[in-house]
Amino acid sequence: MSNAAANSSFTAGMVAASLAVLVIFLAAWQWLPGLANIPEFILPPPTKVWAEFLRMLANEKLMTHTGITALEVVAGFILGSLLGMIIGFALGVSPKTELVLSPYLLALQIAPKVAFAPLFVMWMGFTVYPKILVAILIVFFPVMVNVLTAIRAVDPDLVNLGRSFSASRWQIFSMIEYPTTLPPLFSGLRIGATLAVIGVVVGELVGGNMGLGYLLTFGEGQGNTAMVFVAIIMLTIIGIAAYGAVVLAERRVLHWVPRAQHQTV
Amino acid sequence: MDSAAVRIDFNNVTKVFGSRQSGETVTAVKNVTLAIRDGEVVSLIGPSGCGKSTLLNMGSGLYLPSEGVVHVDGKQVTGPNRQVAFMLQKDLLLPWRSIRANVELGLEIQGAGAAERREKALALITKCHLGGFENHFPHQLSGGMRQRAALARTLAVDPLVLLMDEPFSALDAQTKMILQQDLARTLAEEKKTALFITHDLVESIALSDRVLVMSRRPGTIIEEIVVDLPHRDDPMQRRRLPEVGSYVARLMELLHIGEPETAGHI
Repeated sequence: MSNAAANSSFTAGMVAASLAVLVIFLAAWQWLPGLANIPEFILPPPTKVWAEFLRMLANEKLMTHTGITALEVVAGFILGSLLGMIIGFALGVSPKTELVLSPYLLALQIAPKVAFAPLFVMWMGFTVYPKILVAILIVFFPVMVNVLTAIRAVDPDLVNLGRSFSASRWQIFSMIEYPTTLPPLFSGLRIGATLAVIGVVVGELVGGNMGLGYLLTFGEGQGNTAMVFVAIIMLTIIGIAAYGAVVLAERRVLHWVPRAQHQTV
Repeated sequence: MDSAAVRIDFNNVTKVFGSRQSGETVTAVKNVTLAIRDGEVVSLIGPSGCGKSTLLNMGSGLYLPSEGVVHVDGKQVTGPNRQVAFMLQKDLLLPWRSIRANVELGLEIQGAGAAERREKALALITKCHLGGFENHFPHQLSGGMRQRAALARTLAVDPLVLLMDEPFSALDAQTKMILQQDLARTLAEEKKTALFITHDLVESIALSDRVLVMSRRPGTIIEEIVVDLPHRDDPMQRRRLPEVGSYVARLMELLHIGEPETAGHI
């Protein structure tokens, strides 16, 4: 929504306005459902959710479950991104391989990745691995497609410039093609960071007794809507942290991109 | 001049491009013969699509001729080689590299040490009037400055022959004249041999010892004009000479500029 240029002009007034939106939202959540006669077990107010959060911290090992989910997200994201980069670069420098593999890659890309979750659970049991595997699969495609598209779009004159200096194939890749793909790679990583959370949660929903996805189903089984809200909020925080980490890394790595093109959201 | 060694020559060179799908072939250049001696600056001028850039790519070894041979410094060109460097209309600066690192690119590819690269790059940056901008990134520079950096990068590898494909055609008229002046000075000081492709008739006369005129595709050289004027190292001065007008008129005639049936083909 905003970009770095807007961020740098983020004034105190805008911060205040942003906080005011939060306060109004929380107030509406607290009191409006009561006015509309919506019972608390359908839509618990924020105070109830907060109380449930404290209870879960004490009695439900909330932090352990959150930690497990976060680790699965990080592992799935890193492995999926690396795989996407490697395959993207490999196909990028070898158009023939891409032609051979493209129908299968397309089919796999179209297949809903989360639908594989039950299969992975059957294969690997109630461990962290099926969750990580779903995350890998779902992160892989946006990263690979962005890298592949970017490497195809490298200006042939730039490659010729390298060749005219007698560059080796590896030098052309490492000095020209690879850096050119970095901005689209980071766009893919941003998407991947949010998708990793989805992959892990679906894996946890399907099977096991760990992680925030498990707490979601547990809360549902108990009819504890506040618990479900707490789990959703914790998942969102994990997602924001993962996304924020990618954005921070991007700012460091892509410091040379002109500011106006530098999207942060 | 006549006794000087030939630095680059095209001997009866033809380049045919084939289309795989249709099997049709296009002859881009046909039977081109030219030779450029040490320290000479030669311009190549001709209508769009006459194969000027194809000639340049064969000179730098990026394409190989379908027929005929290209020699650089007496050796047959079989692929890219260190004796030749090219410069295009696009500056081709790498946006993630500082100006200094961009100027160092060719040296880095060729395996020069960091200290040597740095020293050469900084010297050329100063020479190309970019002093103080060595740590800037390309997007922070104007088009003219970026093209100066591209020239510095081309000179950094100390090529025997410079091939330039309309290097100034994307610049505004004033910047263009200033860069022409710098280029002419540098070429004269460093005694470089250059083949310069241009669309600009006055530019070709202002900068070169000879102008080669090409026909429409399949491109072939139809005329050679020796520019017998002083100040090759000072194009601003040369532009002011009254004789320039008659050279331009001769080129217009050869290129059929202004004749109704070819209007719009330039």
